[in-house]
Amino acid sequence: MAIIVILIAISLIIAVGFLIAFLWSFKSGQYDDTYSPSVRMLFDTKPKEQQAKAKPKPVMSKRSASAKD
Amino acid sequence: MISPALANEGVGTELKCYHCGQRCDETRWLEEKPFCCYGCQTVFEILQTNDLCAYYDLDSLPGTSLKDVEVNSFQYLDDPKIRQKVLTFDSDNFARVTFNIPAIHCISCIWLLENLQRIEKSILRAEVNFARKTVTIDFTPSAISLSKVAGILGSLGYAPQINLDADDVPKPGIDRSLISKLSIAGFCFGNVMLFSFPEYLGIDHADQNLMRFFSWLNFALALPVLFYSASAYFKSAANSFKQGQINIDVPIAAGLLALFLRSSYDIITATGPGYLDSFTGLVFFLLIGRWFQGKTYESLAFDRDFKSYFPLATQKLIADEWKPVVIYALAEGDRMRIRNMEIIPADCTLLDDLAFIDYSFVTGESKPVKAKAGDAVYAGGRLVGRPAEFRVDEKTSQSQLTGLWNNEAFRKVTVSKYQKIIDQAARIFTWSVLGIAIITAAYWHVTNPSQMWLVLTSVLMVACPCALALAAPFTYGSMLRVFGRNQFYLKHADIIEKLASINAVVFDKTGTVTYGKRPDVAFSGLLSSEDFSDVKVLTSASTHPLSILITKAIAGVFSENLSEFREVPGKGIQGLVNGKFLQVGSSEFVGCDAMPDLNASYVFVAINGELRGYFSIRVSVRAYIKNMVDRLGTKCVALLSGDNASDKANMKMLFNPAAELVFNQTPQDKLNFIRKLQQKGRRVLMVGDGLNDSGALKQSDVGIAVTDDTGIFTPACDGILQGDKMYVLDKFLDLARYSTVILKTAFVISFLYNAVALTFAVTGHLTPLVAAILMPLSSISVVGFSTLAVNYTAHKTL
Repeated sequence: MAIIVILIAISLIIAVGFLIAFLWSFKSGQYDDTYSPSVRMLFDTKPKEQQAKAKPKPVMSKRSASAKD
Repeated sequence: MISPALANEGVGTELKCYHCGQRCDETRWLEEKPFCCYGCQTVFEILQTNDLCAYYDLDSLPGTSLKDVEVNSFQYLDDPKIRQKVLTFDSDNFARVTFNIPAIHCISCIWLLENLQRIEKSILRAEVNFARKTVTIDFTPSAISLSKVAGILGSLGYAPQINLDADDVPKPGIDRSLISKLSIAGFCFGNVMLFSFPEYLGIDHADQNLMRFFSWLNFALALPVLFYSASAYFKSAANSFKQGQINIDVPIAAGLLALFLRSSYDIITATGPGYLDSFTGLVFFLLIGRWFQGKTYESLAFDRDFKSYFPLATQKLIADEWKPVVIYALAEGDRMRIRNMEIIPADCTLLDDLAFIDYSFVTGESKPVKAKAGDAVYAGGRLVGRPAEFRVDEKTSQSQLTGLWNNEAFRKVTVSKYQKIIDQAARIFTWSVLGIAIITAAYWHVTNPSQMWLVLTSVLMVACPCALALAAPFTYGSMLRVFGRNQFYLKHADIIEKLASINAVVFDKTGTVTYGKRPDVAFSGLLSSEDFSDVKVLTSASTHPLSILITKAIAGVFSENLSEFREVPGKGIQGLVNGKFLQVGSSEFVGCDAMPDLNASYVFVAINGELRGYFSIRVSVRAYIKNMVDRLGTKCVALLSGDNASDKANMKMLFNPAAELVFNQTPQDKLNFIRKLQQKGRRVLMVGDGLNDSGALKQSDVGIAVTDDTGIFTPACDGILQGDKMYVLDKFLDLARYSTVILKTAFVISFLYNAVALTFAVTGHLTPLVAAILMPLSSISVVGFSTLAVNYTAHKTL
């Protein structure tokens, strides 16, 4: 029966991992706005737009990312 | 005969603005699309040049009307001090700002705001938080100023709302620590249950070591629950001892402590598995109750004061130059310039020759007041017309209007003498449990002293009023949600209990009982739709308030075929329109002596000298108010109005004879009126809408602000009611009373469970299994009962 002790230890560690993941996601504000992400993913960029936007966009995200640090 | 074509339905072709969906009065056409005003058309043009017209496809008629929007300048945002306050992050090439935008309401709004970078390249990213109605914008400050960013939003009809409070009080949002506590309690509860299964199934003693292992695991899992999740209950119990008042948290804390200590003793001495499943479960259920009750409406603000109404900055003369300054930096003797539709931030003296000030904000009186050079002008007035210069006489914080906030009603700590039902129940409960515990202990001390402590702790354990503590949050929490679904938003659930005890209701007039800005214009007589538009041509040439109302009420194409226009002051107007001689004015003016009745203003119309009918203009009362007031009966005690008494006759028909109708009330008068009622022992509900009701709303036991648009400012209050739900106000009061009855029934149910559990405990038969079954069962049945009962009652009543 000693094996059950090990199994329980492993299961508990995994469960605690998920608990921590939840607490982290909650504290980082992921559940603050539950509406806009659900519609945001449905917004299309028109094909013509994509080409025009292809260049500046990565630059922008890099800029904002570096500035955040 | 009243022409149905008039008033709100409009005359002539019915056109809806392509941008905002409002009726078009003076239609502008662009690309075969109708627009109601220049503002809407401009937004369309901006979107079109930037290829953002998908805005109109995502949601139908997504725009907000720009017809009556004041043109705001955001220049003051570039003042280093203000800028620093508003920005959340600032560096040379990156800045972040979060704006509060009440106009956000649909998918299109999210889409447009998050595509701002397509309009302005220096905006890097924009992200909308729909629940809070905010947008967070990242931009390059070296390429674009903050005022320009705000200006772009404004030009699209999404003017950010910036006020003095917004910068130092970030919205609290959801209580994050409560959710953490709840999730940890839930996690530990689930695992403790799992490890208790061998015990439940009776396979103990098969492997002593394994059982001890499970017990210690349970003990370890219970520790975070005791020290973190349940900490609030122990703190609250300690506080209530300090104040000498027993609240519901005292027996809860005692029960939790008894459960934990008894279980620890059992586990450490290896005499039993303990009751840790019950302990963790209890904390978990209690926290769910707190979370359920704690529903808040994030996008609504219930605690606004005058500062929210005032602009953040104004133009001040510094060294012969007009510069934007923050209003609290204004000092006596400063010269400031106010533009059209701007609010005057301090008591001051007019320096220009003439200005029109609209005090509707402060008094409810909608007619602008004429001020001459040297006249005193009070803070809170809105300038209408040409810009004017003023000399500041008093700082903003010392003005007539803001002085109201120095009243003690605003300073009083919100701890009232009001005894909550739950605390009354807790007191009875605590004393009876204490009594039972002492008697039981005495009995066992005599018969079997070795068992005394075990039985005593059992009694305290099962006496833990978990179900009792859950009854209130779930009853009131469910009612809060029912109210919310019916567009009645309360600040928090405790207000329902206060609502139930209300026995006097006081109404404000303008904006509450009546529509603030939209009087009823009806026509009696015979006019063709062509005649109507001719009348409109004539009236639109006049600036008389009645002419303006009639112009607004008639929909139709605007033309300028007017000649020989003449205005006879105090009588009427006349002119030639499309070859017809029109006269619009008093009965005397058009040459008839009829006077239908005195409750409204009448404007007669004559064409080519022949009387054709009259417009009757009366304050439009909200729909079904009379029925609601009738149902309230004697509870409706008064109507307070800042207006003059011209509507008295009208209001007399609406209210029962016992109700007092008081006019010409200053904000301070209203507050005093409420206080007098309270001194007579009445519990007062104040229903108001404007800044002028703020004092009364605060002083009253429950203050409800009525609004036609929850996005705009409402004064500090306990609840916000959508204007078109005013007619069920009495039913909301009834429901609040019913919820008290439901709560008391739930108390009885939970007492019964406690009685059953106590018989087990007193006789010494409380095993961990019995406890683990009884506690969740009682909690779930109480929660189920109160939730279902509330929803059923609400369904029946509303």
